[in-house]
Amino acid sequence: MGRYVLQRLFYMVFTLFLITTLTFFLMKLLPGSPLQNQEKLTAEQREVILEKYGLNDPVPVQYVRYMKNLVQGDLGISFKYDNREVSTIIGERIGPSAQLGFQALMIGTLIGILLGSIAALRHNTWVDYGSTVISVLGISVPSFVLAALLQYYVGVELRWLPVAMWKGFEYTILPTLALSVFVIAQVSRFMRTEMIEVLHSDYILLARAKGISGSGIILKHALRNALIPVITILGPMAVNLMTGTLVIERIFAVPGLGEQFVLSIMVNDYTIIMGITIFYSALFILIVFIVDILYGIIDPRIRLAGGKS
Amino acid sequence: MKKRFSLFFVFVLVLSTFLAACGDKDAKKEDKKDAKEEVKQVLNLPETSEIPSMDSSLATDAVSFNVMNNVMEGLYRLGEDGQTPTEGVAEKHEVSEDGKTYTFTLRSDAKWSNGEPVTANDFVYAWKRAVNPKTAAEYAYIMFDVKNAAKINNGELPVDQLGVKAVDEKTLEVQLETAVPYFISLTSFATFYPLNEKFVTEQGSKHGTEANTTLYNGPFTLSEWKHEQSFQLKKNANYWDAKTVKLEEVNYSIIKDTATGVNLYETEQIDRIALDAEYVDKYKSSEEFSTYQEPTVFFLRLNQKDKLLKNKKARQAINMGWDKQLFVDTILNNGSIPANFLVPENFVQGPEDKKDFRDANGDLVKTDKAEATKLWKEALKEVGVDSYKLVLLNYDSESAKKTAEYIKEELEQTLPGLTVDIKPQPFQQKLDLETKGDYQFSYAGWGPDYPDPMTFVDMFVTDGTHNQMEYSNPKFDELVKKSKTELMSDLPKRWESLQEAEKILFEDAAIAPMFQRGRAYLQRPYAKNIVKHNFGGDFSFKWAYIEK
Repeated sequence: MGRYVLQRLFYMVFTLFLITTLTFFLMKLLPGSPLQNQEKLTAEQREVILEKYGLNDPVPVQYVRYMKNLVQGDLGISFKYDNREVSTIIGERIGPSAQLGFQALMIGTLIGILLGSIAALRHNTWVDYGSTVISVLGISVPSFVLAALLQYYVGVELRWLPVAMWKGFEYTILPTLALSVFVIAQVSRFMRTEMIEVLHSDYILLARAKGISGSGIILKHALRNALIPVITILGPMAVNLMTGTLVIERIFAVPGLGEQFVLSIMVNDYTIIMGITIFYSALFILIVFIVDILYGIIDPRIRLAGGKS
Repeated sequence: MKKRFSLFFVFVLVLSTFLAACGDKDAKKEDKKDAKEEVKQVLNLPETSEIPSMDSSLATDAVSFNVMNNVMEGLYRLGEDGQTPTEGVAEKHEVSEDGKTYTFTLRSDAKWSNGEPVTANDFVYAWKRAVNPKTAAEYAYIMFDVKNAAKINNGELPVDQLGVKAVDEKTLEVQLETAVPYFISLTSFATFYPLNEKFVTEQGSKHGTEANTTLYNGPFTLSEWKHEQSFQLKKNANYWDAKTVKLEEVNYSIIKDTATGVNLYETEQIDRIALDAEYVDKYKSSEEFSTYQEPTVFFLRLNQKDKLLKNKKARQAINMGWDKQLFVDTILNNGSIPANFLVPENFVQGPEDKKDFRDANGDLVKTDKAEATKLWKEALKEVGVDSYKLVLLNYDSESAKKTAEYIKEELEQTLPGLTVDIKPQPFQQKLDLETKGDYQFSYAGWGPDYPDPMTFVDMFVTDGTHNQMEYSNPKFDELVKKSKTELMSDLPKRWESLQEAEKILFEDAAIAPMFQRGRAYLQRPYAKNIVKHNFGGDFSFKWAYIEK
């Protein structure tokens, strides 16, 4: 186990290094520069500024300089937000995104598991069809449509909840709901399929034959096994949700990270692009790692080291 | 099984009661807030982006300039009418005979928000900092009218050679390269604001990044700055003219989505919202609806590197071959007006008669489809082709797509044998292609950098940085050059010469103007006297108040 973890850690760092390097060079292929007033500047004035930021150096030189700073934990300063440190910006933005993502994930997973299990248990009844319709809708209706509808009907027409902005818990409810529908749909779909399969497997039949009660079978044997694929999708989904979503953050005026990332690419804010990419990848790699460990805990059949133990 | 099922229903039930409870609480809160606001001088506004910078030397964008215009102040500020410079830190000034030396007298009661006086040295420090190549200020060029500024920025001269001097604590002497007539207006621009050297040095790289790492000397202070979320302006008790300022607070929330903004306006969370074209029809008849025109003009760049566009008749045909009125009414629908000119309406007035630049020069081109068809056929013949394909370089926004589609359809209909292909590109890439001259014609725009027609006209001098379409006319160049040098001493003549230059541009059909941009918005009737500017920061709240 220890050796496995070490090995994995090495690969994680290596993957991160590859992603960083690739992104850096790809980013430099983007047309234009991080100058904000470019259309008004003459070529000479542009040179003065590019020179000051070291953007006139060959790309490999810039890369080495960036990596040197990165190793020391320095992500640099933003071009668009003059003099603001990238690490501060990411630190400020991740809070709201993570909170929304976490809430959506919790609600979505709980409801999703419930809905999926019930559908499986009531296979081919109206309950099952109902739950299938919900998940098809949840997957196919884009979140921005749902967000706009929630905002208009709950916020403007009924005035139950704030329309947008980020001033307290009640402001998080609508965006959380909008985000969680996709989670509910995904989770319940996986849950249903897997549960149906598990319920028809031999060991459940055996458990029944041994006279274990209905709920005991479901909780101890069926649910635990059926959760495996759900956990697989939960990991990446958690990263996606918690690092922010452009659309929901825009619509509900949430000061999150998702919006920031897209904006930085549009204005060539190199340091922010790199900072968020590294942050995002590191988180992703870490979660995938945690999920792999979790497999073993939930299902002992899956052996981490791959060999016999 | 039944038990589990009912559990689910209980869960849903609990969730919905909980939601309903939250809603109730909130509604009550809102009511309370409304009642308070009736007596309070508080304005709630949306802003489309985070403030990129509060460092007046480094700021480049409309959001920063707008905030700075309200929390800081230069020698002069644009007045209640929106454009006449009125007293700021300077009480008065004298101009030398040759118009190149300005001596400003600073008021004794101008103070920073930390209580220190605003002195002549604060200006000297700020201006030198802005042109210093080490600062890498993208707006350094706006100072190039000050003596030696351009050379310092290029690294040809040391910074201390800048033509600005503190004669004593309250007297500032400025020397200019040429006697530009608009220098007083320029001093209201952010790059010309003073900076407290001690404070800026203390803050180092943190300067202008947080509310408490910035100093203020304007009618308001930035009292709170929650990045990407909200910021608040509060009345500045240390401001020399604090008695004029009635508003106590301006609360800004960052709202990037128009639909969200409209919903917030509908629920009385904000007092003003800019509208997209799609909302205009819905609110057009509302009393709270208004439009205004900005001094920003959009036009088609016609690249004369292209063998057909080198032909004047072809350029004329593109100019005359499409209906601009229908275009602004149906596609833009936001208060924009057709442009048959380069220098926008209601932007600058003559030095003596105070008449709008457009009054004398009027419309320099008109839509005439029959004539366009005729000219186009001749042009094709002269170039020796039967049909021609032109690629329109375009922005990649939704509205730009609609605009380009409209132009394509109109031109293809009017000009036989023409095929227009639309090439949308990300903004940066589009600029790059234009700079390289690697396009046939493009949808482009220009806003003013200083309140003078020159900011538009000198774009098209031969080999100018912003010409980008190989246009060249020695007569035009001559007029621009004269207006920048010898005619500085004869402003009415200079005015005529600039109008003459604009006419030449259109006789040559160098560009095909499209429209002058308008903005549609909703604003509460109780928000009074928010002053709109054509140059620098968009709004002033110095004179604004709430009256219910």
